[in-house]
Amino acid sequence: MDHRKASLRDEEVIQIYRTMYLARKLDERQWMLNRTGKIPFVISCQGHEAAQVGAAWALQAGSDAVLPYYRDLGVVLTLGVSPRDIMLAAFAKAEDPSSGGRQMPNHFSDPTLNIFTQSSPTGSQIPHAVGFAWAFKVRGEQKVAFVSFGDGTSNQGDFHEGLNFAGVHRLPVLAFVENNTYAISVPYHKQVASKTIAERAQSYGMEGVLVDGSDPFLVYEAVKNARERALEGLGGTLIEARVSRLVPHSSDDDDRTYRDQKELEEEKARDALGKMRTYILDKSLIDDAALEQLEKDVMDIVNDATAYAERAPYADPSTVKRYVYAEAE
Amino acid sequence: MPQMTMVKAIHDALALALEDDERVLVFGEDVGKNGGVFRVTEGLQERFGKERVFDTPLAESAIGGLALGLAYTGFRPVAEIQFFGFIFEMFDELANQIARTHYRYRARYGAPIVIRSPFGGGVKAPELHADSFEGLLAQTPGLFVAIPSNPYDAKGLLLSAIDNDNPVVFLEHMKLYRSVKQEVPEGRYEVPLGEAKVVREGEDVTIITYGAMVKLALKAAEEAAEKLDRSVEVIDLRTIVPLDMERISRSVKKTGRAIVLQEAPRQAGIAAEVMARLMEEAIYELESPVLRVAPPHTPYAFNMIEDDWLPSKEQVIKAIEEVWV
Repeated sequence: MDHRKASLRDEEVIQIYRTMYLARKLDERQWMLNRTGKIPFVISCQGHEAAQVGAAWALQAGSDAVLPYYRDLGVVLTLGVSPRDIMLAAFAKAEDPSSGGRQMPNHFSDPTLNIFTQSSPTGSQIPHAVGFAWAFKVRGEQKVAFVSFGDGTSNQGDFHEGLNFAGVHRLPVLAFVENNTYAISVPYHKQVASKTIAERAQSYGMEGVLVDGSDPFLVYEAVKNARERALEGLGGTLIEARVSRLVPHSSDDDDRTYRDQKELEEEKARDALGKMRTYILDKSLIDDAALEQLEKDVMDIVNDATAYAERAPYADPSTVKRYVYAEAE
Repeated sequence: MPQMTMVKAIHDALALALEDDERVLVFGEDVGKNGGVFRVTEGLQERFGKERVFDTPLAESAIGGLALGLAYTGFRPVAEIQFFGFIFEMFDELANQIARTHYRYRARYGAPIVIRSPFGGGVKAPELHADSFEGLLAQTPGLFVAIPSNPYDAKGLLLSAIDNDNPVVFLEHMKLYRSVKQEVPEGRYEVPLGEAKVVREGEDVTIITYGAMVKLALKAAEEAAEKLDRSVEVIDLRTIVPLDMERISRSVKKTGRAIVLQEAPRQAGIAAEVMARLMEEAIYELESPVLRVAPPHTPYAFNMIEDDWLPSKEQVIKAIEEVWV
């Protein structure tokens, strides 16, 4: 889709590409750090960046409540989480703003940006989003709760309980499912009985929207429209973005036993990041030299974030008993 | 001072909290128009409106998740789980999410949430309506657990729980809901979390217990005084987390003997924890091994035989005799 049809300015498109590229490069760096034994775990955004950045571009950072899931590096970077913060969490350093190294990396949170954590049993964040949406509704605040998750999580009880609740009260919840067709190793047709996840919205009295997640402009438009509907009091939307998972589930997974490698190669060839790069050059939004400079600048940022986080101290073991309970003033 | 049942005392606490603090919300299954299956929340929706006192769909996990989302935005939710046996449907939200919020955010967010739930046996309720699962909660870092044994404590503990910045599970014993009336002040007062109470003073042996077992312990203590010439001290824990070990140890140092009495199955519960702590903290004061009176390690007994399964006065008397052997 042409970005002008989605009312996006040329400069915004460059920023969207830059954020997608930054997400990819930070992600790739984490795999390298993991394989060299420097960080314990990686869980990737690779292949989801277009959908993530497109979706987050439609949100009001610091105002809307955002409850992302572990692949959403592109979402949180768009909203303003810094690369240093991402790397501090990856290294599990004390300064990690999400949790001071207490949580799994990619359980993103940032109080200043209204980003709230999920946790490892997936989908727990969906009812939390419903709580935010209830609060926004009763207080008359012009905000939405954006919650994202993968296709596997759409089978969880919390998906059903949360969205049903949101539907009953027409709450401003935007449920964003990034469907990469694999729940670790189990393919879509072995976990979801309906043809699409979007059509499940019908039973929650919500709009269901299916969108090509390789096109950030389509995703942006879908989320923007859903947000407007929610703010008008017309209830939530379940948005399904079709994406590709270009790497194994996590750094502890080997996908060669369950993924058709030829199919994977084809998906990599259709990589949304490459498609976007071609788009901005074809539309003459940027010239070759400027694009190379932009990409070089991003690599400098990735290098800085890595070096900064690697040097940062770990949490002091003597603090292990802190924060379990509210502490006396 | 008015006489109140525990149902009335808890209702009173909720009404006061709703009145005093607009951040307080009350919700759960059937708590609105119906006033709750035990009528604890009767009339609250009418008085405080549908946005502050509301019914949820039948979805316990969503109730827990909703509570946390609301707490993030500054509300102080008081959610009801209709029967404690249904807590498992909520357990991820309670134990993995709510209980860990303060820790994960390093205090930038907490979860000032109260989860109320009826529990306990002796009223011919079926399994999963009558079970005592408090031991599971006690092993969940981040939660407080209050279990009042009488109307006065119920009101004061609930007001403390709602004011507390930690998540508190507040367990209401069904047998105590309407069986006891007591003088309860009408206005606000608090019973602090983490303070056990000596409900009967004695010199020879300490019985440590909570919930509906407090009454049983008092009956046994009375009989032991008459028939065995033993002076029994009874401690009502009131909260099992925090556990008031200081009070327990002080009593056991005086009596030299201890019995722990619980309604929950025997294995790995609060009784086991108190016994272990006494070993660690008061072993040189003990003149005999600490004994435990508790039902066997089985699911809650089916209702027509529950009286044989639950601890009896005879079992407690027997333990008082045995603790001298």
